[in-house]
Amino acid sequence: MIDPVTLIVALIIVSTPVLLAAIGELVVEKTGVLNLGVEGMMIIGAVTGFITAVETGSVTLAFLAGMAGGMILSAVFGVLTQLLLSNQVATGLALTLFGIGLAALLGVGYPGSSLPPVPDLFPASMQAIPVAGPILFSHPLIIYLAVLLVVAVWFLLQHTRTGLVIRAVGESHDAAHALGYKVIRIRFLAILFGGACAGLGGAFLSVARVQNWIEGMTAGAGWIALALVVFASWKPWRVLLGAWLFGGISALQLRLQAAEVNVPVALLDSSPYLVTIIVLVLISSDRARAALNAPAALGKVFHASG
Amino acid sequence: MTALLEIRGLTKAYPGVVANDDVSFSIAPGEVHALLGENGAGKSTLVKMIYGLVRPDSGSMTLGGSAYTPAEPRAARASGVAMVFQHFSLFEALSVAENIALGMEDPPRPRDLARRIQDVSRAYGLPLDPARMVGDLSAGERQRVEIIRCLLQDPKLLIMDEPTSVLTPQEVEILFHTLRKLSSEGTAILYISHKLEEIRTLCDAATILRLGKVVGSCTPREVSAADMAEMMVGKSLATPARDASEPGEVLLHVAGLSLEPATPFGTPLRHIGMEVRAGEVLGIGGVAGNGQDELLAALSGERPVAPGMIELKGTPIGATGPEARRRAGLLCAPEERLGHAAAPDMSLIENAVLTGRVRRGLDRSGFVGWGRARAFAEEIIERFDVRTPGPAVAARALSGGNLQKYVIGREILQAPDVLVVNQPTWGVDASAAASIRQALLDLAQNGAAVVVISQDLDELLEISDRFCALNEGRLSASRPARGLTMEEIGLMLGGAHDMHDIAPEPEAAQ
Repeated sequence: MIDPVTLIVALIIVSTPVLLAAIGELVVEKTGVLNLGVEGMMIIGAVTGFITAVETGSVTLAFLAGMAGGMILSAVFGVLTQLLLSNQVATGLALTLFGIGLAALLGVGYPGSSLPPVPDLFPASMQAIPVAGPILFSHPLIIYLAVLLVVAVWFLLQHTRTGLVIRAVGESHDAAHALGYKVIRIRFLAILFGGACAGLGGAFLSVARVQNWIEGMTAGAGWIALALVVFASWKPWRVLLGAWLFGGISALQLRLQAAEVNVPVALLDSSPYLVTIIVLVLISSDRARAALNAPAALGKVFHASG
Repeated sequence: MTALLEIRGLTKAYPGVVANDDVSFSIAPGEVHALLGENGAGKSTLVKMIYGLVRPDSGSMTLGGSAYTPAEPRAARASGVAMVFQHFSLFEALSVAENIALGMEDPPRPRDLARRIQDVSRAYGLPLDPARMVGDLSAGERQRVEIIRCLLQDPKLLIMDEPTSVLTPQEVEILFHTLRKLSSEGTAILYISHKLEEIRTLCDAATILRLGKVVGSCTPREVSAADMAEMMVGKSLATPARDASEPGEVLLHVAGLSLEPATPFGTPLRHIGMEVRAGEVLGIGGVAGNGQDELLAALSGERPVAPGMIELKGTPIGATGPEARRRAGLLCAPEERLGHAAAPDMSLIENAVLTGRVRRGLDRSGFVGWGRARAFAEEIIERFDVRTPGPAVAARALSGGNLQKYVIGREILQAPDVLVVNQPTWGVDASAAASIRQALLDLAQNGAAVVVISQDLDELLEISDRFCALNEGRLSASRPARGLTMEEIGLMLGGAHDMHDIAPEPEAAQ
């Protein structure tokens, strides 16, 4: 029998790495940059976070190291695409391949190392409250930060001048340049933010959720994050919804496998990816409106002329 | 009166070309000063230096008596210099208020901004709803967004780059009304245009540029348009002409053509009908964004429609693609030269093959005959006076006017029965424009039917036999072009958009 409370708890934990990576990528894409290297930045974040946790014994330092790892990798992407004007799609794909390879190299000897425990935010008495306790109060700080980040990004994009400039740069870099905005600087900062988010997501995966380093452990979470952004029509709330849906199906299918339901395992394994994409495609099927929200300059190379 | 802006010896060189060479002139407060010149004369570079987008190599500027060296547009705006761009400065997916806020140094809160936008738009007779999405606005309304964005900062100098190229005659009237009001309040205006009659009605002084140098200055009201044109081009221009002839049989027949747009901000076509006869030029006027691109796509075959909607010499061809239509004798030259009419990074020879393959027999059983292709490209270059080092250079390397001559020439030399061109002389200098128009007239003279889609009403009146107006995807009935006045054309184009105070509500185009 499947317990709904533990299912929801699992959902929240499983969805967090994807959510972090996706919300970072959303900001990057809103400035008009398509960084396909999310998977690579996540796994670098996972390995640097894990190594730091093992070596220093500090979970906080581990998360910071994960963010730094993702940021450094994203800075490579930023230099190549923004300063050297390389193709964003090819560079992003290369970044993923590079990240996966480098992470495997760095992580040699670490699988199975023992980790410091990730502290919970709320006292045990609050976690003991039936139903609400495990769902609301039983998580480490990062999970709450991830949801707060969604709110913050939504507020930033919708209600602040910085957000307006970000959207303007993603809409038409030529017009933004003509008005005197520093297109390349804004995009570079967004790329670094996206790298930090992806790296944090990766570190959460290795340090908090799995508590182990396994080669290739992100298993396509970065690609799901990319798909989430597009099918969520670049809307932060829909990214949150998509991430929870993905996390929910992932948690559910594991329980179904354990319960030995009469469905092929391969189908159950692939169900989170399938269901998430099908649902988001249905949500965003109104092409005209989805297209309006898409950054018009997405993936285009900006070169200041004249 | 002391000068507001004084420019002394500004020079800016790019690799291979001196865009501005020792340019000097001055503008007094409240003066409307025209900057005249052909494409490539250096007007844009000059105003970009004044607006801080480009830094001069040498020379100096003073604004209001003190040295003026804007490092970036922000600094220029802070000094009281504002600019209305020809294009590239609005964000389609953002609202009017958001667009305006982006162009301001220190925008007020959204609610206050909306109120100020409404105040200014009322004061200057430029109605505008701050909450609307810019992508849904007409060209005239978009320009109002830019003007209001500038006016909200109380500029001392307003730079306007080709402001009337996208407006209907009535909208031009309204714009001039606003500019005169501004000038009477002491704002100087630097007005860039190559439309001489407009400059004569509006401007107090003019500086004329040719190949980066100041070649003269004049008081536009006191000289004729022909004199200014001569200073601009350096030689006098022949007006295109042809012998009168009776139109022949109907070659192109369009009836009930409707098409949904392919892009979110496109215009749907609604029940378009027209007939073009052999030896005739049909001019289709209208402000850009009223369905011109969609109409061209439907006629060229890029967007197939129901077979009977388009008939060529009595054969329904609506459902066929571009290649089949070329074979049947219907050729098209779209507006966008680079990327639509020509592949930018391919050579002129390769570009010649792309559309001339079928009618000129440039390939045989799948193999391209490069010798024949080169001969065809050289023929185009020769006959249409395309200035290029040779047929092997990339299309991108040609100037706009030369590439336009090449793509129009490429279609004309394929001896079409029907030729459709969209904006044949947009952004092309005066002498190249005259030769393109002459070539179109010659084609009609030789028995082809020619459809010219253009925003340039003077051009259409000059070469068309019949004129019709395209407005919001609907095509008016055609009228003989001879004797049409600008006033009548303006009404056919739907007049000015929501301009009740100055222009009367236009009648529906007949």
